[in-house]
Amino acid sequence: MNHFLTIEGLSADDLNGLLDDADEFVDVLHRPIPKVPALRGKTVATMFFEPSTRTKMSFEKAAKALSADTMSFSPGTSSLSKGESLKDTVLTIKAMGTDAMVVRHKATGAPWRIAEWIEQPVLNAGDGAHQHPTQALLDALTIRQHFGTLEGLKIGIIGDIRHSRVARSDIQAFSTLGAEVTMVAPRTLLPVDPAVFAAAASENLDEVLEDFDVLYVLRVQAERGGASVFPSLSEYTDRYGITTERFARLSPEAIVLHPGPMNRGVEIEGAVADDPRALILDQVFNGVAVRMAVLFRLLGGESSE
Amino acid sequence: MSDLILTGGTVLTSNGLEETDIRIRDGLIAEIGPGLDGDETIDCRGAWVGPGLVDLHVHLREPGQEWKEDIESGSRAAAAGGYTAVFAMPNTDPATDSGHIARYVSARGAEVGLVEVLPVGAITKGRGGKELAHLDELWSAGVRVFSDDGDVVADAGLLRQAMDYLAGRGGVISQHAVDEGLSSGGYMHEGSVSSLLGMYGIPSAADDVILARDIRLVEMTGARYHVQHLSTATGVELIAAAKAKGLPVTAEVTPHHLAFDHTAAQTTDPVYKMMPPLRSEGDRAALRRGIEDGTVDIVGTDHAPHAVHEKEVPWEHAPNGVLGLEWAAAVVNTFTDLDQFGFYDRLSVAPARIGQVDGQGVLPAVGGAANLAVFDPTSEWTPSTTVSKSENSPYFGLPLRGKVIATIYRGRATARDGIPVS
Repeated sequence: MNHFLTIEGLSADDLNGLLDDADEFVDVLHRPIPKVPALRGKTVATMFFEPSTRTKMSFEKAAKALSADTMSFSPGTSSLSKGESLKDTVLTIKAMGTDAMVVRHKATGAPWRIAEWIEQPVLNAGDGAHQHPTQALLDALTIRQHFGTLEGLKIGIIGDIRHSRVARSDIQAFSTLGAEVTMVAPRTLLPVDPAVFAAAASENLDEVLEDFDVLYVLRVQAERGGASVFPSLSEYTDRYGITTERFARLSPEAIVLHPGPMNRGVEIEGAVADDPRALILDQVFNGVAVRMAVLFRLLGGESSE
Repeated sequence: MSDLILTGGTVLTSNGLEETDIRIRDGLIAEIGPGLDGDETIDCRGAWVGPGLVDLHVHLREPGQEWKEDIESGSRAAAAGGYTAVFAMPNTDPATDSGHIARYVSARGAEVGLVEVLPVGAITKGRGGKELAHLDELWSAGVRVFSDDGDVVADAGLLRQAMDYLAGRGGVISQHAVDEGLSSGGYMHEGSVSSLLGMYGIPSAADDVILARDIRLVEMTGARYHVQHLSTATGVELIAAAKAKGLPVTAEVTPHHLAFDHTAAQTTDPVYKMMPPLRSEGDRAALRRGIEDGTVDIVGTDHAPHAVHEKEVPWEHAPNGVLGLEWAAAVVNTFTDLDQFGFYDRLSVAPARIGQVDGQGVLPAVGGAANLAVFDPTSEWTPSTTVSKSENSPYFGLPLRGKVIATIYRGRATARDGIPVS
């Protein structure tokens, strides 16, 4: 593995291998001193061309727990605002000396371009509405911890799938690991061609709700409002919101996941988000472990000098 | 000036195909017949000889964007590709919306002297889509083809005025057909690939609804109408139906829409980004059938140079367009089953007729202008370089069949084996 850009093309063995490693890092993170020297002397640059707090902090925590040094880049205060090209920015930071770049960019494919320009590993921390592969790993890890396997589970992904990199990576990871995935959204928020995904599609949540072992609730992206993708937030909540009423109709074993940040009262009611069967904070914790697993996989092979 | 002899080629004349020699003297074809000799010969055995290629759709970027291309570098690329005439689109800076800019473009082309450069005039002032450009002035400067290319003429009322104004004298409206409401925010063909990538798409209907609307306006005004870079199967059907009604409508396909479909965009490599986008395999097949059976009249390259740094960005930030002049003939030969008649018709005779240019697209005949393209249809090669200022070619690394071995413009060899002669 030279880079970690996408879930597409990874096998069940590949994914389970990474999740197995992540399980070990979960143990590390539970130790009194949650740190190993695996990447001592390595430097990881976090380059978030699109603002993000949680994913960036999670990667930084993961790098530090492996004893790597980190440096970070934020577009608002950088030379990007002075018109520097993406390539020049990347080559500049490479010249400072970094062993890996963690990239978030709102343009689809940006991490692939960067991987053409530098020889160091590139980790995709989210590109456009395309891929967010470490999110898929942390989601899969959370589900696997709870049920032991994803094989045979029925997973509903509810919400703005069309504009969601989380959904694209999750559908590929969950279906590869043997789950039966259903995308639930109004047609304007489903992929234009749903057939390209290994998942069923439904526009009616109430018809399919009770089948699900896992309810994966996507964030309603308020910034999409201008695109007229649905008539109003209240209509969305009526038809697709995870209310306490809908939550009560689920099987008692079913769990709820959300990638955050949540819009309480829109796609998920506050009481559901706070229920013990909503594993949203477990997801956040697992995020650090899976990112340690990926960083270790990419950088741990060579000895540091 | 000494004689130039083309020996042993299969020459496309008004009598059909003849394996023979051609003597060129003083810019004209002096003699056609076997056994000719002279000071300079070009061995054309095994190759097709026909009229020099004519491209109704190129972007030479001069004036205003000379870091991408200029009339000299664009002329070199044209000569290398077998072209003896190119129509330069008016989306320059300033736009070709008045007589003096049109005169500048043709004069600069003549000064370079590698290919006839014919300016396309803007339909609206500054290509702004609000008021008509100086159409009379452009006409007097020799402009016969009018387009706001790069942008659609969205306002049907304004387009109707342009059609009415030009219909009487036979000017051609060349439309970049795309509905801006449907294409808004899109970066590639809306379909399986855009769904997988999570990229906003441009549905095929964006092109089709404007074409259908415009055909209705042609019916109303009688104006000559040319649709650029047709990209959809429905577009081919609309053109066939309009022609069946006898309407003065012609259509163009680009080499890249014959060579690729939207799966090429899955790499998110911006070299495959253009407008209209690469569409589905079904669209590509319909375009191939259309150019083969003549429903689609011509191949126009939409040669669109962009500097390396402009394309070396994520897909969404990259400008639209690809190079084409140097490889169009080979691409057409590789991806269609056109024979020598069809090849020179779609790449030379028909575009010259639509563009109303004298001395171009004329089958070789004694006394005629010596504008010729010699094409070896069997030569196999893989492009890896360009003579353009820019490098945004989607054909690098793509095996092609057929190569332009000589271009003759006004009696002089302007390129040999893909290399311009200065």
